[in-house]
Amino acid sequence: MQKVYIYKKFERFWHWSQAALIFFLALTGFEIHDSIHLFGFEKAVAFHRSASYLLLGLIAFSIFWHFTTGEWKQYIPTFSKLQAQIHYYAIGMFKGDPHPTIKTVNKKLNPLQAVVYLGFKLVMAPMVIFSGLLYMYYKSFDANDKVVELAIPLEWIAVIHTLGAFLLISFIVVHVYMTTTGHSLTANIKAMITGWEELDENEEKESEDLNTKNTES
Amino acid sequence: MNKVIVYSIVISVIVILGVNLLHKTEPLNFSQYELKQKYATKPTSSVDHSQFEVLQEEFKTPQDVTEACLTCHNKRHEEIIHSSHWNWERVAYVEGKGISKIGKKNVLNNFCIGSNSNEQACAKCHIGFGMTSNKFDFNNARNVDCMVCHDNSEEYIKGAAMAGYPDRSVNLTKVAQGVGRPSKINCGSCHFYSGGGNNVKHGDLEDALLSCDRNTDVHMAQNGINMSCVECHTAEKHQIKGKLYSVSSTDVNRLNCEDCHTSRPHLDDLLNRHYSRIACQTCHIPTYAKVNATKMAWKWSEAGKLLNGKPYHIEDSLGNHTYLSIKGAFEWKTNVEPDYVWFNGSAQHYVAGDKVESVPVQVNKLLGSVNDPHSKIYPVKIHRGDQIYDPETNMLIQPKLYSPNKGDSAFWMDFDWNLAAEAGMKRMGLPYSGKYDFIETEMYWPVNHMVAPKDQSLDCNACHTSDNGRLAGLNGFYIPGRDSNSWVDLFGKLMFWGSLLGVFIHALARFINSLRKNEVESEEISI
Repeated sequence: MQKVYIYKKFERFWHWSQAALIFFLALTGFEIHDSIHLFGFEKAVAFHRSASYLLLGLIAFSIFWHFTTGEWKQYIPTFSKLQAQIHYYAIGMFKGDPHPTIKTVNKKLNPLQAVVYLGFKLVMAPMVIFSGLLYMYYKSFDANDKVVELAIPLEWIAVIHTLGAFLLISFIVVHVYMTTTGHSLTANIKAMITGWEELDENEEKESEDLNTKNTES
Repeated sequence: MNKVIVYSIVISVIVILGVNLLHKTEPLNFSQYELKQKYATKPTSSVDHSQFEVLQEEFKTPQDVTEACLTCHNKRHEEIIHSSHWNWERVAYVEGKGISKIGKKNVLNNFCIGSNSNEQACAKCHIGFGMTSNKFDFNNARNVDCMVCHDNSEEYIKGAAMAGYPDRSVNLTKVAQGVGRPSKINCGSCHFYSGGGNNVKHGDLEDALLSCDRNTDVHMAQNGINMSCVECHTAEKHQIKGKLYSVSSTDVNRLNCEDCHTSRPHLDDLLNRHYSRIACQTCHIPTYAKVNATKMAWKWSEAGKLLNGKPYHIEDSLGNHTYLSIKGAFEWKTNVEPDYVWFNGSAQHYVAGDKVESVPVQVNKLLGSVNDPHSKIYPVKIHRGDQIYDPETNMLIQPKLYSPNKGDSAFWMDFDWNLAAEAGMKRMGLPYSGKYDFIETEMYWPVNHMVAPKDQSLDCNACHTSDNGRLAGLNGFYIPGRDSNSWVDLFGKLMFWGSLLGVFIHALARFINSLRKNEVESEEISI
């Protein structure tokens, strides 16, 4: 086992602030949906809006970061070991089988993670972000201070936004649980907090191989 | 150590930013403040009428006073005889009827039903003298009653059932010398007491407004800006701004909150954006009839019961009539939550002679719908009742109610519906089959007064709730917090709780598995 610096500073900042914002948006959002009662509708709306602007800003930074560092490549899905990964979570891990894939700095995500996170970035997040923007700007003032409304029914926007929210909170449940399936129960969470994770030596070797492969190609 | 400093700086910055973003002290609403300053100074008269020579004489008749007025204000009578206060009707284009005249002369209501054949009594609220029948000369300027609106001496009062003439006790000279801008009681003497008593009809206009506090009405409050009616209901050439849809039908010459407050009055645009679909009144008048009760229902079918051959009345604990032999049974309410309807500024009326199309009869109907972009949600008082109609001709009946004498077919004297119906319809020139029955009616009164202080206006949860909010009765559109798509909610809940259950089962399986493994290991060790 060897300690490896796997999550960079910005990555951790992005991950945890996004987590906090999504959690807060879910709380206030489901209050607006009249599912829970916490702040009162008026405050919930105000908080939901403020937090949504913060999230938009954060996401703008993270997109920039992903592209400038090349980290976006982590999310390219590989289907070859996807089934093996699912099999591991369903059966293998109970038998004590080893992880079918190896975690390295250049391949932080297993195939299942990659495809789910890609879904998060390409489906869930855009769903709530774009429907949220339409929701926020459904009514606006024109040059003459008259209120103008979008021509689409608010219900359609609300339905997509709500559906996205349900997808997100379900994702979070599974996501949080899956962090306990690392080398130890808390290894993954610790790594996401400190940046350092203990990876197997041979894994490290493989990652070096991968590195050289990358440079070669 | 360095790290600690950096982190504490970052956290402090985030906290300060958060506090500033999420917490705001309420800034001054400057346009509101300017309005208050504007109306803080009250207009004063530029002349003293008591010094005019023409007003020094002992006036014998009220018409003499009018003539004296006209010696100086020599064109004003022409303005009056073109006003709806005088004509009791307005010309309007009515869908399906073309150009028609609509007003007190020909529309009915579900209170005292109508003025025809009852002019002697009803003319107490006509700004003229001598309207005893429908033969009144609407071109005779001598009969214009200037005093009822312009008396500032609080001396003037119209006599009961005197066809619009002042009470005999009135000192006309004193009134003539004390004229000026109309005050609250000038308007209120009719508009507060319409329907036969204080606050009977409107619900939001009553004599408590003469001296009320801000909790009752922020505009008219004595401890507030203390406005009179005519400060909002301004007039150009005696055509007074604002109208009531019990007798008006078109979206012209209306008085709107935004005339003073603009269409973007809140500092929070989130609230301002509601303006496209929600009338100001909806949030700012959470209840009406705040002081004295208003009539909510009137059953004419109960009228006519006699005790020992004599009419009688029953009062509730607050002194409101719950039964009158001459009028029927009533329901009263205070602090009423309004009903809410879509309204685009146009209304339809049941005009005498129309056929009844549906039950309950819509005596007046506020037009508008969610799909009409000009419609907004308004608060209304709905007055329900039943009243006499002819099942053969399918018309509402205008009964003759008032007469000073018995044996004149008037219901209030003779208690005979048949005679009253016959006399009333005859006067209207409308047929009466000889058969009568009672039919349910509804009348819609937009609620515009008794604006509450800001902190008492409806808060978001009043409508944005799935738990029977104020707008629970209006459908066909989406209100966040009130509405949800049941399929999306079902799917979402199944997914969320399903995920939780899934990870729980998985975790349990792992736990049991690890226990078993430990056992195996410990067995191996013991061997």
